Formats: sequence, structure tokens, C-alpha cells
Amino acid sequence: MSDTIVLKKGLNLPVTGAAEPVVRKSIVSRTLAVEPTCLKGFSPRLLVKEGDAVLCGSPVLADKTRPEILMTSPVSGTVKAIVRGDKRKLLAVLIETAERQEAAEFHPGSTDAASVRNGLLESGLWLQLVQRPYGVIADPSATPKIIYLSTFGTGPLAADSAFCLGNELGAMQAGIDALEKIAPVHIGVCEASVFAGLRASGIHVFKGPHPAGNAGVQISHVCPIVKGDTVWTLSPEGLAAIGKFFLRGKLDLRRRIAVTGPAAIGPAYVEALPGTPMPEFRSFWGASSQGLRIISGDLLCGRNVGAEGCLGWRDNQVTIIREGTEREYFGWIRPLRWKQFSTDRAYFSWLTPWRRYDMDTNLHGGKRAFLMNDAYYAKMLPMDLYPLFLVKACLAGDIEKMEKFGIYEVLPEDLALCEFVDPSKNDLQEIIAGGIDLMLKEMA
Amino acid sequence: MHPIFEKGGKLGWLHSTADAFDTFLAVPGTVTGKGSHVRDAVDLKRIIILALIAVIPAALFGMWNVGYQHGLATGDPRINLLGNWWFGFLHVLPIYVVSYAVGLSIEFGTAQIREEEVNEGFLMTGFLIPLIVPVTTPLWMVGLATAFSVIFCKEIFGGTGMNIWNPALVARAFLFFSYPNQMSGSQCWIALGKGETMPDACTGATPLALDGPAQYGTGFWDLFLGTVPGSVGETSVIAILIGAFLLIWTGVGSWKIMAGSVAGALLVGFLGNIGGITAIPAWMQLLYGGFAFGTVFMATDPVTSCQTECGKWMYGLLIGMLCITVRLFNPGYAEGMMLAILFANTMAPLIDHCVVSVHISRRNKKLKTA
Repeated sequence: MSDTIVLKKGLNLPVTGAAEPVVRKSIVSRTLAVEPTCLKGFSPRLLVKEGDAVLCGSPVLADKTRPEILMTSPVSGTVKAIVRGDKRKLLAVLIETAERQEAAEFHPGSTDAASVRNGLLESGLWLQLVQRPYGVIADPSATPKIIYLSTFGTGPLAADSAFCLGNELGAMQAGIDALEKIAPVHIGVCEASVFAGLRASGIHVFKGPHPAGNAGVQISHVCPIVKGDTVWTLSPEGLAAIGKFFLRGKLDLRRRIAVTGPAAIGPAYVEALPGTPMPEFRSFWGASSQGLRIISGDLLCGRNVGAEGCLGWRDNQVTIIREGTEREYFGWIRPLRWKQFSTDRAYFSWLTPWRRYDMDTNLHGGKRAFLMNDAYYAKMLPMDLYPLFLVKACLAGDIEKMEKFGIYEVLPEDLALCEFVDPSKNDLQEIIAGGIDLMLKEMA
Repeated sequence: MHPIFEKGGKLGWLHSTADAFDTFLAVPGTVTGKGSHVRDAVDLKRIIILALIAVIPAALFGMWNVGYQHGLATGDPRINLLGNWWFGFLHVLPIYVVSYAVGLSIEFGTAQIREEEVNEGFLMTGFLIPLIVPVTTPLWMVGLATAFSVIFCKEIFGGTGMNIWNPALVARAFLFFSYPNQMSGSQCWIALGKGETMPDACTGATPLALDGPAQYGTGFWDLFLGTVPGSVGETSVIAILIGAFLLIWTGVGSWKIMAGSVAGALLVGFLGNIGGITAIPAWMQLLYGGFAFGTVFMATDPVTSCQTECGKWMYGLLIGMLCITVRLFNPGYAEGMMLAILFANTMAPLIDHCVVSVHISRRNKKLKTA
């Protein structure tokens, strides 16, 4: 094991509503959505029609350009509806779950890279692999430099992976062993982690505030991505699912989900499948979802799915927060503003580091041009980069500059904290995502 | 906001103005859209108001000093705290009114044309302009200079945050080059009442123009406290230090730029002193003229200074060295601070470019060997 890598920059967002480490319930939903929209780089083609029967592990969608990449059903049942949006864009396939669950049988081999690839592709678990740069679905014909996995989340109110996966170490080890056939697997662990005992090509210990748990930040310290490199990443839940698949020959995406947030009633864990509709989580927000924002993911980079949406395919967290639509009279000029959190010394929350805040979604100001300089943002990014220069290169659409300033190393989530602290209230993550889209278009 | 001011409403053409007053009164109920769902409570209004508070000690002292200098010049050297201040206040207030009225109306107008929200940037610029001009500057000149700087230094670049030069200093430079008679010499620094004249024996020149000990007020304490003639806000080093403390404490102003500027000034001042060019010891250079005010409030403007941490040091050093160099080698132009900062503003992107290029090539080398 290598030495601990200590990261100083960043911030653990002091927000109330962390999940109590108990599993409140195990959700078995009557319907489930297979939702391809949150998977970047996957353009879906339908393989089923309404009324078709599917098994757990049966293919539902395939990628248009690379038809070997499949999205499979996590439950058995019948296809209830196909949801389309503007211009008939495929939004989701709703599956009504059967009373008795049946799973498709697979016979995956994990002896060589080709059989591991085939197993992952036919089970739909390939979608757990994300390629960096750009954060798209991994290319089945490519071989990455390494496969990287961060075993801990540092995002706001992140699920405790030791609690979620502490008793799935065997499956995780099986997953690592299978993936090692494709490329060396490196994992990032926090100090005194239960995952430190896993055997992999590299185990790296990280210490520090968010975003120290982001795979992108860890990779930039372990094995920086330069032009031409690819690194695949996956979540610990994804790894456990891959391990279980190779051990038992069945697809099992069931995972523990942390239901968190300042507006969550009794925040705790539940067991659920990806694609579970949000109404199943209703007990955590009470009678009405009016004035609440339901997020699949965390406060910094989750998706606002609404009370009728569903849990994202790779997410392990649901966050519930109040919409901050109230006006605050003379807010910006009040000397104390005791209930608000700010990293800036213009306020006094730095004097009370132990406090947790009941945050809401208010923007706390109007959009402006960038006024503060790079250092203001860099203190939130523990990478060897100039974040504001990168953001401005993305705004200008200057590919050469984007390459120089490190577009290959970041995903929008890595700059989420820079966006949080920005007093000009710009959407940094969206700007970076725009830059990545431009790179994908121009470099393809 | 009242629907009459919404787009398409009867007074829709006043949308930005109404929005500015509305958001001044209350933080709007806008919620986050894409990206991060929660945001830091700080906004630019807060940051700019803090910078403004930091200048207030210098402004208050400046007003008092206007009254005090008037007393000295008219043969009444008594220190009358409130009376002096009131005299100065009455003379400085019209400059403030003109500076804000002209600047803000242009700012509101352009925001309206662009259909944007009104930017807070001018609150700071408008507060600084009266402090860096002689108290006797005719009001129409102040208005003209403010209009010039807001339009040609800020709005044509795209507004606050896009400008290359510090707008307050551009206003000062405009006055200096357009109306040199009113901006320098020995008459402009002292406000006189109607019918009052200065006694012949008295000169109102700033200590810098005299170069060395003169008939009054050039000892360490006079300069440190600020009881000398000069632009309204620039004289009192102690009031400026209070502001510097606040800026550094809150992180609004960069201590690296301030330290770099002081170091640069000391270096050149020291070389000039031991080289026999000037009799003034290096550390006294820090107290003269607009050096302290420029270092603390002008050079640290985050928009026009360097972006990178390393660049900030170089940028500060450049300002300090250039300012004292001008003082030592240009007898016709006693004060170099204004042009030193404007020059460094111009050079800031270049400094950043060099710093970032060096960083990138070093990083590439490291990645290749890794």
C-alpha cells in the first residue's frame, strides 16, 4: 500500500440531514423505469415493445452505434409503457414487476479479457464502466490504461460505503479479479477503510475534504490522464454487482440507497433498485412534495428528478431539500446572516466549523460576469489545474486551450464545489459539460 | 417586482432599473437551475460592499483633512475635529454626488440596453473616484472623467468583470492628461472658501512635489497620520492600513499583491537611496503620495489584477518598482502610482500567460516522465 495522499483543498459541505446508518425498508416497487437519459454516450434503441415479458437481465435497450452495449432490465415482469419526450426522444421504459422474480441465467467466464467483456456486455453491467476523459460509456473495443474505483464518497451527505457494502467484500473482490483481466485495477480508499484489505493492482489512501472522494481527483494524483489515455472508472456498487454476476451468473443491481437532505424526514438508508420511482420514497418527505426538490444523487451534482421521477442508474443517494423561493430582505447587507453558510470570510460561518446548516436551493444572488480571480476557485479543487482558465477556455470553445488546461482530467462533478462558491453565480458544471461535448464532437 | 416593470409591461423599458432596486432591497427568490443545487451565501453585492467599507476610514479622514488643510492655509491651525470634518464633507459631497449620478446613470442605461441586471461594480468605482482627485477639481470635470471611464474603460469591454484597466484610475488619468493645470501644482490640493486666498508664504504643494522636508507636515507622523495636502483619500496611511487589514482579513483584497508592491517599492527606494539619487530613505517612500492608497485599494482590484497566485507577486512587485522608479527619475511628474498600476493592469494578462505557460510545460514534463 502506498503512502496516504493528503489533499488540503476542498470543502465538506456542512449541511443537515445525514442518513442514520439503519436500513429503514426494502423497497419492492410495482413498476420500475429503465432510464437511459442519465447515461452519457448511450443513444438508446428499443429492443422490446409494450406487453413483452422480460426477465431480470433481459436486454431492453441497445446502443445505436455499438449494438453490443445493452441496457438490461433489473427485474422480471412485463413492459408496461414506453415513455417518449419531445421529438419522440426515448425517455424511459416502464416495467411492471412480476410477483415471482425470475432471473436470466448467464454463464460468464472470467478466465480471460474477452470472456469478461462478453459477460459484462450481455448482462448490461457494461454501463457501470465510465470512460475518462469525457465521462462517457466505456468503449468495448478499447483497453484502458487502468480501471479506477474510489471506494468512498465525500460529497454532501454521501452514503457511507462501508455501511452499504461492508458485507459485500467477497463480491467486490470477485469483481476486481474479473476486471483485472481487462486492465490493472486501482482503488482509492479513505483512512482505516474496510476496503483496504481488497487485493488490486494498486491501493491508494486519500485523506481530505470533498472532492477527495471523486475518482477524477484521485486519478489526477495517481495516474494523470493525458491526451490519448483512457481510464475507466466505476462505482463501488457497480463493482459489487459485477462481482455478484461473476460469482452467481445473475444480474443483481439491488443496493443500499442513502435518503438524505435537510428536508428529509428521518433520513436513513433503504434497499432499492436503480430506476425505482420516487413515489416509493414518499415517506421521507411526508404529505406533500410542494416546495421540495427531490434529487437523485447529491446536492452538488445530482439530478432534480421531481417527486414523480426515478432513481438514476448509477446513483446511491436521494437528497430532499427545500426550494429557496423566499426573498430575504437586505440579505446581502446583514452583518451576520447567521442561518446561511458561506466559505467566504465576508460572513462568519468560518468561526463555527461545527455547525450544520439547513440549506435551501436559493441562488443567493444574481448572475454576473466572473469577477473573482482563479485562486478563489482553485481553493476548492485539489488538482494541478487552473479552474477558471479551463472554464474560460470552455466558454471560448478553444480546444487547444482546453487541452492545455486539463479538460481530459475533469468531469463537471470535479468543479461542482467551484460552482458552489462562485459569487458570480455562474453554472460552471454546465460550462465544463459544454466543453466536454465540444471535445467529443471535434475529437471523434 | 411589480408586473408593470416586467418585459412587455408598460414600464418594461425600466426593467433593469427596477430589478436593481428590487434586488438591492431583498435577495431574490431565484433558485438554482442546472448544476449545484445549493450555493454559497456570498454574492458580488456582499464582496463589493465589504471593499467599500474598507475604504470608509480613508474617506472619513480625507474629509477631515480637507478641512484641516483649509485651516492651515488660511492661518487657523487649530484642530477642530467636527468642524474640519464638516468643512471637508461639504466640499467632497458634491464630488460624490456627481461621480455616482453620472456613473450610475450610464451603468443603468447600458444594463437596460443590454437587458441585463445592473452590476454592482460602480458602487466601488464611484466611491473611489472622489478620493483620488484633488478636492478643488471642478465638478464638470469629475462628471466628464467618470463618464469617460465608465463608457470607454468598462462598458465597451462588456461591463464589470470584463474591463482591462481599473475604471477609477482611468478617470484619474483622463483628468491628469486632459486638465493638467487643475490636477497638479501647488494650488489644487487645498479647498478654499469664497473670497479666501492663500497667504504668499504658504504653499499647498504635496510633500512629493517638494521632494524632501519642507515648511510643514512632512515628518513621519504627519505622513503616517495624513495631515498633509494631497488627493482626498490618499494622505492617511493609518486609515488606509485599517482598510488593508479589513481587505486581507476578508480575503477581498490579495495580500500577495500588497506585499509585492511594498517589496518592490522598498527595493527601488533602497537602491535609489544608496545610489545617491534621492535623500529619502526607502521606507519613507511608502508613506508619500498615493502609494499606500493605490497598493491597497487600486492594485488589488480582482478584475484587473493577475489571476494566478505567482502572478500576483510579480504584478505587485512591478507596481511598487515602477512607482518609485518614476518618482526618482522623472522630475516633471512627481507621482508614479497611477500610471504604474495602469501599466501593470495592461501587463497582468501577459504575466498570467507566462505563469500558466510555465506551469503547463512543467506539468507536461512531469506527466511524460511519470
